[in-house]
Amino acid sequence: MGESEAAEVSACGDTSGCEQAAVRAKARVERTRNVMMIVAEGLKKSYTSGGRPLPVLQSLDLSIEADSFVSIVGPSGSGKTTLLGLLAGLDEPTSGRVLLDGEDIFSFSEDGRAAFRAERVGFVFQTFHLLPTLTALENVLVPLELRGEGNEARGSAVSLLERVGLGGRLDHFPSQLSGGEQQRVALARAFSNRPKILFADEPTGNLDHETGASIVEMLEHLNQEANTTLVLVTHDLALAERADRILTLGGGRVVEDRPGEGSG
Amino acid sequence: MSDSGHKTRQRRTIGAPLRPGFAFRLAMRESRHGLRRIGVYVASITLGVGALVSIHSFRDDFARSVQEEADVLMGANARLSGDVVPGPEIEEVLDSLRDAGAGVARVTTASSMILAPSTESVRLLQVRGIDPGYPFYGDVVTEPEGAWGQHLEPGQVLVDPAVLTQFGVDIGDSLTVGTLTLQIAGTVDDLPTDVAFQTAIGPRVHMSQETLEAAELIGFGSLARHEVFLEIPDENERRAIRDRYDELFQTSDVTFRTAEEQAQSLSNGVRFLGRFLALVGLAALLLGGVGVASAIHVYIREKRASIAVLRCLGAGQGTAFLAYLSQAALLGLIGAASGVVLGVALQEVMPIVLRGVLPVEVTTRISVTSVGAGLGIGIWVAVVFALIPLLQVRDVPPLAALRQDFEPPRRRFDPLRLGAWTLLGASVLSLCAYEAPNVELGLAFALSLAVAGAAIASVGVGLMFVTRRYFPSRASYPVRQGVSNLFRPQNQTISVTLALGFGAFVIGTIVQVEGALRDDLTVSFGSGRPNLLLFDIQTDQLEGIRSLLPLDVRGESETSPIVTSRIASINGIEPDSLRSNPDPAARPEAWALRREYRNTYRSYVGRAEELVSGRWWDGTAGSEDGIEVDAGELPRVSLEIDVAESLRVGLGDTITWNVSGARIPTVITSLRSVDWGQLEPNFFAILEPGVLESAPQNIVMVARIEDPQARARVQRALVGAFPNVSALDFSRVQEAIDAVLSKVRQAVAFLGGFSALAGIIVLIGALATSRMQRLREGALLRTLGARQSQVMTVLFAEYLALGSIATASGLILAVVAAALLMPNVFEIDYTLRPLPILTIWGVVVCLTVLTGLVSSRDLLRRPPLPVLREASE
Ligand SMILES: Nc1ncnc2c1ncn2[C@@H]1O[C@H](COP(=O)(O)OP(=O)(O)OP(=O)(O)O)[C@@H](O)[C@H]1O
Ligand SMILES: [Mg+2]
Repeated sequence: MGESEAAEVSACGDTSGCEQAAVRAKARVERTRNVMMIVAEGLKKSYTSGGRPLPVLQSLDLSIEADSFVSIVGPSGSGKTTLLGLLAGLDEPTSGRVLLDGEDIFSFSEDGRAAFRAERVGFVFQTFHLLPTLTALENVLVPLELRGEGNEARGSAVSLLERVGLGGRLDHFPSQLSGGEQQRVALARAFSNRPKILFADEPTGNLDHETGASIVEMLEHLNQEANTTLVLVTHDLALAERADRILTLGGGRVVEDRPGEGSG
Repeated sequence: MSDSGHKTRQRRTIGAPLRPGFAFRLAMRESRHGLRRIGVYVASITLGVGALVSIHSFRDDFARSVQEEADVLMGANARLSGDVVPGPEIEEVLDSLRDAGAGVARVTTASSMILAPSTESVRLLQVRGIDPGYPFYGDVVTEPEGAWGQHLEPGQVLVDPAVLTQFGVDIGDSLTVGTLTLQIAGTVDDLPTDVAFQTAIGPRVHMSQETLEAAELIGFGSLARHEVFLEIPDENERRAIRDRYDELFQTSDVTFRTAEEQAQSLSNGVRFLGRFLALVGLAALLLGGVGVASAIHVYIREKRASIAVLRCLGAGQGTAFLAYLSQAALLGLIGAASGVVLGVALQEVMPIVLRGVLPVEVTTRISVTSVGAGLGIGIWVAVVFALIPLLQVRDVPPLAALRQDFEPPRRRFDPLRLGAWTLLGASVLSLCAYEAPNVELGLAFALSLAVAGAAIASVGVGLMFVTRRYFPSRASYPVRQGVSNLFRPQNQTISVTLALGFGAFVIGTIVQVEGALRDDLTVSFGSGRPNLLLFDIQTDQLEGIRSLLPLDVRGESETSPIVTSRIASINGIEPDSLRSNPDPAARPEAWALRREYRNTYRSYVGRAEELVSGRWWDGTAGSEDGIEVDAGELPRVSLEIDVAESLRVGLGDTITWNVSGARIPTVITSLRSVDWGQLEPNFFAILEPGVLESAPQNIVMVARIEDPQARARVQRALVGAFPNVSALDFSRVQEAIDAVLSKVRQAVAFLGGFSALAGIIVLIGALATSRMQRLREGALLRTLGARQSQVMTVLFAEYLALGSIATASGLILAVVAAALLMPNVFEIDYTLRPLPILTIWGVVVCLTVLTGLVSSRDLLRRPPLPVLREASE
């Protein structure tokens, strides 16, 4: 964890700013020392392709503090999606472990991880992945219904959709919505269970820059309001800059770790 | 393919020549991926083709084997048969044949009451008097070995094995046959002339002609069958006999039949049956076709992006279309080829399974035509059904590569589409006509298939609508999600409904009809109905027989005199002249003119009869009209309405009867309809009392004796005192009918099982096709935090709803069909039987859910991310 502190320090340009940053970072470290929301230790993932092992992540270590907003960037194929999937417990690592909110998720069964996700994790995909048979509102309700609180939560789902500007499209099916609108539904869905951690894998990848920016704005907004730890994978460097911290992947490792605009 | 005729602007800008070579290579490459999924549908093609090939081949095998064994099957080269003792002219012919070196052997068969003194049991059996020499061909298998011939010894008989079990006796015990007591010398285990089940239906006692005569069983008017078997190996000679004596045989009421003709009619029977079975196979194949169409539809939708890219890269509509058409043909080829293998394997198995049922040892030979036809039909069905969804390929614009949801405007009129539908319709019609016993039946079958299919599909759509509209919104989330999955884009709910519903429909209809027939039978034999029929009673025996009945039923026993008569003339014209009337509408049907009538006389209308037209003796008017006919001096007769039609006679016509040589003219004054299904003595012609009383006659008596033991006692007493009288115990008849019905039920179970199997295969295919969607949704739900049990519930609800809708569609239709069939075809009132319907529903739904859950098991095992990656490819 000292790592990120060092990175912050080394990344700042002028001395005064540096001092300020160091103080701020120190304060935050103090505040969050015991609330590392995401910790990855020695995370390795390799695929077998054509009979040969293809290492994608090589012993990656990482920690992300609570309530922060972290972007992950890197060239295509560098393993961003793979990493996000592992952090969210959507796939199993070759070795290593992941602590989410202090819990070692791979010590759980797949069902245990699902229950954990239902409680504390949200996920937004590049390709939206809405359920085609459900309306916008029903899609947002899914995580709540899975926890058995569909009826009471209806109001909050509606207000979430209103927040993302789709108050008038509650009963529309995904096929009746544009890509940007579908992604906003996905966003509302990701927040509907008030997750402690939200993973977003190129949520703007299929959208124009402007729409993408508004999506990220919403993400930030929701992140701040709900005190959610936000991890965003993106190719859009301008968007990535809005984060507190920017991690760059390459060769299966974190090759750069620096603060973003959001940290200031 | 494609619209090469009129070059559109779009086509020119793409500038794409047809490239079949590339199309085929592409088809092969594409088929590596994804085609395997829809390949499950191949199994339904396989099943249908397998059924067709095996049935066709077996039909050929059977016909060939029967023809090869024709002489053995008859036991002779030819046979004369009739219901009367051969007259002197026939005897002359037989003598001359014998002189010419032909073998001649008579066999006389009659029914008679037989008693086993050691166990005191009585049965109505067939007794056969047999001349030495019969059968001329084939080996008779007996127990003890080589006992055939013992029956020729005086005082000895051979019996069918069933006789021993029915009487509870053994070889060496004796039987009372008419006036004689005879010893059982052995059993006849296999008579090569026996066709399937013969001994089960009417077990026989074999004896010499002399013994049969000595037993004095065959009295006046009693029923017996007289056959003469001929050994004339030369076919030309046989033909010469027919040519020479045809006239004589006709007028003497004997039938001449050669061994080849008998074999031919035997294989015709099997051919007819085989063709019905082939129709079932065809139905399975057509269901497979529907499956293929639906799978190709989904496949093309999934491939839209690839197709669009191909178009962008310069492939023409025709090339793209051809690439996917060849994939459909490839599927058809694989399905049909494995169907042929399955069919040939079944062909080998069939004679082994059916051994004992078949009259001959059936040898198998691979039939090139059957195999070729199966292969061709399989591929054709796959291609023709795939054609309609494949036409969508042309409509995928290159633009779709850029914008996934871009939909081009639909063509309003598309001649190719119309052509594809026409081709499909024509193919189904001609396949049905080709497979069915005759063209009309084939067309009727095709029509009923279409009607049933359309009806099941529309009931399915209705049920889906109702489900969607009224499904309780308070149900738990996974249940609602499962149900709503039925409506996911590109869902295959309707094709699964069609497939499963069709199976349920077939089984449901048959089960209900069979159940109703069974109940109706129980009613026929039920309380209040007569259960004992005594026939061949001579007039002077009547009092004696009455005295054998228990006191309480003596009064209720009913008797009818039977006077054997023939038609001497109608309105003064002799049968010969009537027969040569050139106008078929006025020419009486031959059977009705020639037959021996068993007429009666009585003063009242019987229980199973209804007076329809004219007036009864006492002036009672018929239900439709009460026209009064003045018969003048002549006696009056009442005819059964159908026989009157066959004789082309009506009220007021005169029929002259030949009663033992005496001519008795009668005038038709009324017509009756008769319910022949009721077990009552029923008659074509009833004369008014006072005419036939002194004519030679015998008597039928019906009685109801409730207590089975009392009934048995009466029958035993009868055998002792009146050996010429036969008794028919209806409870035995009922047992026999039950036995036949249970055979029918087995066949039905087989057919039902077959259609259910075809349905399940289509279901598996549909599930495999939509696997990707399901996988993606399952992974997604898990990403959102669903537990396995919740995903499981979603699946369970989906399959339960799918199975329920599909099965219910079929069963609702089955109830409608049964309600229509029962009164109109079987003339039985329809009552709904919920239990069998619910049972079928339960079983099919369980199968659906099970199949679904098994096919989705890896949905629960794999982690979500790899699934999502795979699914969004
Ligand atoms: N199932 C698999 N089998 C083999 N290799 C795989 C598999 N899944 C992913 N990979 C490989 O893993 C590497 C990392 O993939 P990943 O999707 O994580 O990259 P990414 O950084 O998200 O790329 P992008 O920015 O293009 O989305 C890639 O080289 C990819 O080819
Ligand atoms: Mg990625």
